[in-house]
Amino acid sequence: MTPVHQAYLLQARQMQALSFMVHIPLVSFGIAFPAMILLVEWLYLRSGDQLYRTIARRWTRVMAALFAIGVITGTILSFEMGLLWPAFTSTFGGVFGLGFAIEGFSFFTEAIFIGIYIYGWDRLSPRMHFLSGIPIAIAGMTGSLTVISVNAWMNHPSGFRLVDGKAVAVHPFSALFTNSFLWPELVHMYIAGYMVTGFLIAGAYAIAMLRGRWSRYERTALTIPLTIATLASPVEVLIGDWVGRAVATAQPIKLAALEGLAKTTRGAPEHLLGWYTEGQVKYGIAIPKLLSLLAFHNPNAVVRGLDTVPVDRQPPINVVRVAFQLMVAIGSLLALLGVVYLFVRIARRRLPESVWFYRAVALAGPASVVALIAGWVVTEVGRQPWVVYQVMLTNEAVTGASGIPVGYATLVVVYVGVLAGVVWILRRLARIPMERSADTAAGRTADSPQPAV
Amino acid sequence: MHLYELPMIFVLIGLVFYVVLAGADFGAGFWQLFSGRGARGASMREHAHHAMAPVWEANHVWLIFVLTVTWTAYPTAFGSIASTLSVPLFIAAIGIILRGASYALRAGTATAREQRSSDTVFALSSILTPFALGTMIGAIAARRVPVGNAAGNTFSSWTGPISILVGVLAVAACAYLAAVFLAADARRAATRDPSERHLEAAFRARALAAGVLAGAVAIAGIFVLRSDAYALYHRLLHSGALAALIVSILAGAGTLVLVWRRHFEAARYSAALAVAGVVAGWAIAQYPLLLPGLTVRQAAAPHDTLVAVVISVLAGAVILFPSLALLFRLVLRGHLEHGADRSATAPPRAIGLLSASAHGLLARLAGACVLAGFGLLTIAEAGWAHAVGVLALLAFIVCGSFALVLSHYGSV
Ligand code: HDD
Ligand code: HEM
Ligand code: HEM
Repeated sequence: MTPVHQAYLLQARQMQALSFMVHIPLVSFGIAFPAMILLVEWLYLRSGDQLYRTIARRWTRVMAALFAIGVITGTILSFEMGLLWPAFTSTFGGVFGLGFAIEGFSFFTEAIFIGIYIYGWDRLSPRMHFLSGIPIAIAGMTGSLTVISVNAWMNHPSGFRLVDGKAVAVHPFSALFTNSFLWPELVHMYIAGYMVTGFLIAGAYAIAMLRGRWSRYERTALTIPLTIATLASPVEVLIGDWVGRAVATAQPIKLAALEGLAKTTRGAPEHLLGWYTEGQVKYGIAIPKLLSLLAFHNPNAVVRGLDTVPVDRQPPINVVRVAFQLMVAIGSLLALLGVVYLFVRIARRRLPESVWFYRAVALAGPASVVALIAGWVVTEVGRQPWVVYQVMLTNEAVTGASGIPVGYATLVVVYVGVLAGVVWILRRLARIPMERSADTAAGRTADSPQPAV
Repeated sequence: MHLYELPMIFVLIGLVFYVVLAGADFGAGFWQLFSGRGARGASMREHAHHAMAPVWEANHVWLIFVLTVTWTAYPTAFGSIASTLSVPLFIAAIGIILRGASYALRAGTATAREQRSSDTVFALSSILTPFALGTMIGAIAARRVPVGNAAGNTFSSWTGPISILVGVLAVAACAYLAAVFLAADARRAATRDPSERHLEAAFRARALAAGVLAGAVAIAGIFVLRSDAYALYHRLLHSGALAALIVSILAGAGTLVLVWRRHFEAARYSAALAVAGVVAGWAIAQYPLLLPGLTVRQAAAPHDTLVAVVISVLAGAVILFPSLALLFRLVLRGHLEHGADRSATAPPRAIGLLSASAHGLLARLAGACVLAGFGLLTIAEAGWAHAVGVLALLAFIVCGSFALVLSHYGSV
């Protein structure tokens, strides 16, 4: 397709970004929640303790609501492939489209078994019910694998040649699945999904604890997601470092933007905080040689600077840089929180007692969502002005249709309403009376308000 | 059969499934509006809601399937259609959001009023979405979508007589399909709860009315087609398309008879056949053109992509169809139904969690994994080392979680 002029390219990009910001936190639940619920259900099956059943059932209701919203926001994203970026899809649909076509089958599996799982409580035998949940957890994994394979391809494209604006000699399987960029990105996103889900769920019970509700139910429902998320947090830092090294080799200009490195430098320093203007980072704290060390494991390695490409081929530096620092800062703090929790659990064999710990857990959920979105800003804005890195510019991908501002405004209004609705339904679900009988039936009630474990 | 046609066949099959299955879900929304007041109306709305609850997400995925296979196998056509028809596509998108959101929110409604307003949003969006998607099909059939990035007219491309007609037909067909399916479900519900017996009669009457209406719109459509898209009209009457249309008409009329005689289960299948006939007729009449000046062959992606799509779809079908069969079997037997509390749930026999030694082993394993993972991923350089390192770190999370969760159980 021949490129067109689109006066509202920026709005189109913002509309895409908005749609992602709504979808991605929801699909974090699609990635991690089924596995967590299955773990709790497994505990119920093994122990026969009704408390676990109560937790799993209550979480299932939350999962059902979030899944439905995940489905519709994802549908909007697939519409936007045509609504906003038809020239991208027309040119490269034959290369990357397969990822989404395979993803479709993950969605089928997920949707089918989630129907069985949600409506099968009480109606299928406990064993059958547990088994019906397993495909959901697997499909969450394969679904993110295929969609991330598309994103990894956009960042590190291969598997085709471009002749007269047409993709020829296309090898879709190798383009998507033999890409060196795929694995770091996938694992990083996958673990992020567990952190977001774990901290948000645990945060809900941390708030309950701060408000004085601290029965065995709350303690157990906090411990399980919090344990998973705190184990994931330190690992996420190590994986993030791995992702960073992949970016350093595949997208040097993105790395330079992340660090605000104007000129190619041997033994490049790393700047914490600060603001990039006029070719340098002002007000930042410079740590000599750290960037070279982190990116290439060699304190004297040469790091490419922004000046190796023209200004109109550079991404917006401060957006990318601030987003990156935000993610790393939050990631480090969450890893610290994780270490504290694990230390108390292992060394003292109990839950932490300080209210500050529970305040931190309550904050950790929203913070991990911020890190998640910041990370995607790094990936997507850091790739600008390219939609397919060094192959197709975003302004060549955009639609020629008019009316983007109308669509954007409409979507903002609708999504604000949807988010309000999500908050409303979650509060309603939280207020559904507890199956108290089930809790006490197990005979192990310790309804003390103190975190005595 | 050529390779470049195969994905198109998949797309058309997907479209038939979408119309038949998701169409019935949209129609269930339609009937929320026309269910009357009072306790009877409320019980009809309740029935319509519960009948589609376990299946609508799976049914909706057929649309995703149609979109993704189209943009992979016929990318130029997809880009042209989506950019010229961006307005109806966006309207459908908004309809889908509102519909899904109001569905999700219904679970939290507490009062009849809240439920009513959620049902109304649900119903209106259930009408809007098939109408908008129908206008798009009409625009393609009327050849108003040229090749190129937004090359057609933003509005007149999808507001022509055929577009409006197909839009209305889509809504009528949804209402019809839904009434047939709901009548069948209602009969089953009545065997369990006789107070629901009135539902079967109500949906039967609605099925008959909607069926007659849909048939009338379809017949009117022949005349609209003649004046608005003569080329397509001509080809519909002079090729294999005619055979498909005749099958469709017979199946449609047969469905009415079956509903009349209360053979609802059989009517489900003949209604599906009627839809398949229309889609097949349209496809045959339009072949080989996909868009004006663009044949299916020209639109097709490169050879390797087509092979990959065909392999993936066939492989996916091996998983999909048994899973779908399981879901629909459970639904049709009433195993997932609201109130169908079979209480097969004698609490499980406790087997005990883990012995203390297994537990200590898990904890030590987790410790070993994290050290190995750090060394291999962060310090070592080789690609294989990174792969093993990542696996070790994931194993650390899994083992650590089990160890700590089980120790929590022991301590509470
Ligand atoms: C809970 C969320 C979260 C946390 C705590 C972190 N990240 Fe992250 N990061 C993401 C969530 C995320 C993500 C899921 O949003 C991204 C976007 C694309 C991707 O694969 O993961 C991402 C991308 C991303 C990228 C860009 C990849 C690209 O451009 O393709 C880098 C270099 C890092 N991360 C590095 C880190 C480091 C060094 C962290 C350590 C503190 C870190 N991340 C913590
Ligand atoms: C497939 C076609 C895609 C196109 C055309 C596309 C393009 C874009 C564009 C233009 C933006 C806005 C960037 C900006 O505001 O500067 C954006 C944002 C974003 N994209 Fe992509 N992208 C695509 C696929 C993906 C995929 C597959 C993912 C993830 C799996 C993804 C994740 C994101 C996220 C999270 C944002 C928000 C970043 C921000 O806040 O700006 N994108 N995308
Ligand atoms: C261009 C990017 C994307 C597109 C086109 C897209 C498309 C979709 C669609 C259509 C659905 C609904 C499936 C259904 O009907 O059941 C969906 C849901 C889902 N998406 Fe996305 N998505 C994108 C980005 C992402 C990203 C970045 C992730 C995360 C890794 C992701 C993971 C999922 C998952 C796990 C679901 C299942 C629904 C749920 O559990 O909430 N998608 N997506």
